[in-house]
Amino acid sequence: MKILIIEDDLETAAYLSKAFREAGITVDHASDGDSGYFLASENSYDALVVDRMLPKRDGLSIISELRAKGDDTPALILSALGQVDDRVTGLRAGGDDYLTKPYAFSELLARIEILGRRKGGREQETTYRVGDLELDRLSHEVRRAGQPIPLQPREYRLLEYLMKNAGQVVTRTMLLEHVWDYHFDPQTNVIDVHISRLRSKIEKDFGEPLLRTVRGAGYMMKAGG
Amino acid sequence: MSRLRAMLSTTAVRLSALYLGLFALCAVALVFYVTSISVGMQHDRTQEIILSELRVVAGSYRRSGITGLVRTIERRSRQPGANLYAISTPSGELIAGNISSIAPGVLDLEGWTSTPFRYSRLGDGDDEEHLALAQVIGLPNGMRLMVGRDIGEREQVRGLVRQALVRALAIMFAGALAIWFFVGRRALKRIDHMSEASKKILAGDLSQRLPVNGSGDEFDRLSLSLNTMLGRIERLNEGLRQVSDNIAHDLKTPLTRLRNRAEAALSADGGAAAQQEALEQMIADSDQLIRTFNALLMISRVEAGSSTAQMSDVDLSGLAQDASELYEPVAEEQGVKLTARIAPGISIRGNRELLAQALSNLIDNAIKYVGDAPAPEIGVALHRSGDEVRLTVTDNGPGVPANRREDVVKRFVRLDESRSKPGTGLGLSLVHAVAALHGGHLLLDDAQPEAGDNPGLAATMVLPGGK
Repeated sequence: MKILIIEDDLETAAYLSKAFREAGITVDHASDGDSGYFLASENSYDALVVDRMLPKRDGLSIISELRAKGDDTPALILSALGQVDDRVTGLRAGGDDYLTKPYAFSELLARIEILGRRKGGREQETTYRVGDLELDRLSHEVRRAGQPIPLQPREYRLLEYLMKNAGQVVTRTMLLEHVWDYHFDPQTNVIDVHISRLRSKIEKDFGEPLLRTVRGAGYMMKAGG
Repeated sequence: MSRLRAMLSTTAVRLSALYLGLFALCAVALVFYVTSISVGMQHDRTQEIILSELRVVAGSYRRSGITGLVRTIERRSRQPGANLYAISTPSGELIAGNISSIAPGVLDLEGWTSTPFRYSRLGDGDDEEHLALAQVIGLPNGMRLMVGRDIGEREQVRGLVRQALVRALAIMFAGALAIWFFVGRRALKRIDHMSEASKKILAGDLSQRLPVNGSGDEFDRLSLSLNTMLGRIERLNEGLRQVSDNIAHDLKTPLTRLRNRAEAALSADGGAAAQQEALEQMIADSDQLIRTFNALLMISRVEAGSSTAQMSDVDLSGLAQDASELYEPVAEEQGVKLTARIAPGISIRGNRELLAQALSNLIDNAIKYVGDAPAPEIGVALHRSGDEVRLTVTDNGPGVPANRREDVVKRFVRLDESRSKPGTGLGLSLVHAVAALHGGHLLLDDAQPEAGDNPGLAATMVLPGGK
């Protein structure tokens, strides 16, 4: 995967580039809006990380101009402006995800990995499979080893999101955003409790654990190993 | 001097000058119109009188010749308020009538005298001259008969009207000057007061208000709306000041703790494992700090009302249902029973995110503080009451004593002095701000007043409207 980071703070940019490379991602870096726009329109990236406030050119205008040209490279906006309305403006300008500074790198990495793979997309698939766990998106049925598992609607959506991004780390905030449409930090371990309920339903009585906890980051659905 | 110039340049002065000018113009035009009409009418009347006199005089001439004429004239001349009569010889000598002298040349032309002429009446002093209008008729023997009428009255009327005009103009001018002086000066004074007050405000005294004298005039209305604006600015400013105070007081402590931990980790002898643990603890501490910081910023932004732009119709019933569902397992895990009693189909105009966050703060608090009650239980209820919507979270824990309820809404105030429970001390402040943003308020009360030791807390967001 190859991404472009448009960030004017050189220290942050250096830290991010190093961390992404360690995670096996190729990184280009632009330190102002103009060169960022130039690089983004000249090269092909799997994802963009765009700081909202940049010298020479505002981060949002880069994204909206790329979108106007028909370039739909997924873009994640990094911003110090973290209020409800700021995020809405960011997403409206064509951003695909929004992360407020300061953030944990694990959170940024998880989001970028999911954004970067989105291009291939699992949206069209009607059945998700992880190991012997099967989720039918049309009938909303979940089976493990052929045995049906009844789930509450919210549990179903939680599992659907995890399975759609199988093999990827999914953070607690991402789950809150996508499953509950909450864009704030509820300050308690609400997600952990829901995950453990879900886990008890899909893993109790079955052998291999599929829903793993990734320490310091979040959760991941994965079969084998 | 500059004061005078300032006064002359005021709107009041300019307006009254304009009015004065217009009035004067109209008055002059009116006066000229009236005089010209009345003068014309009097002229016609004079001619009519002269003509009827002439008819009488001519009658006596026809009946009894020149002698009869002279007699008639002599008789009529002596009547009080008589018209003017004169008969002259061809050489211009006056032989009958009541005129002692007449402007030369008047008797030479027959017909109407074209302009008023001067004459003296018999019996008047020599120097008394009057103006008259007359018709002159040539008699067959070269003599002339003149019948005329004094027009002094007419001239007097004209003079009177002119005089009245001048007086009226003078009064109008004086009035305008007075209006200039009082209205202009008064307005100027009030504006001076206003600018004095605004100078003080500029200098930083936001508690100052512009003067209002209760007359309800334009100045008052302007002052009132500016004062409302000032009030809002003051509140916002107060909010900002509070945030910076809070940052100074309540964020310094955790920052110091963070720093101490780092220092301790550096000098630790515990080796890599201890350092690893210290670092993890530091990340957790910084996350908590960031959370506090974000919550503070959010509260002041909500209080500033800048999120009002993002209002939409919010399905409050659905939102409460979702939140209860989100927290139900958490409550259960801690042995707390969560019951939801949510009336369906209630929606209000609001900001979904903020309402959801406020509600989850309330539920979060309830779960946290329901504490060691024997059968801990919390309830989430939504119902309509009149034209209000009430979203209530209750618990059966120790509750909040009545005298502390105002305090707990303030930033960083926590009843739990030891701060043993996690939290920023900002939860209720945000709920309060969110309720206020939606035009409602946060109500804190005992959930079950009869329950003695554990009266519980009922925190209600009272929101207006809804359908």
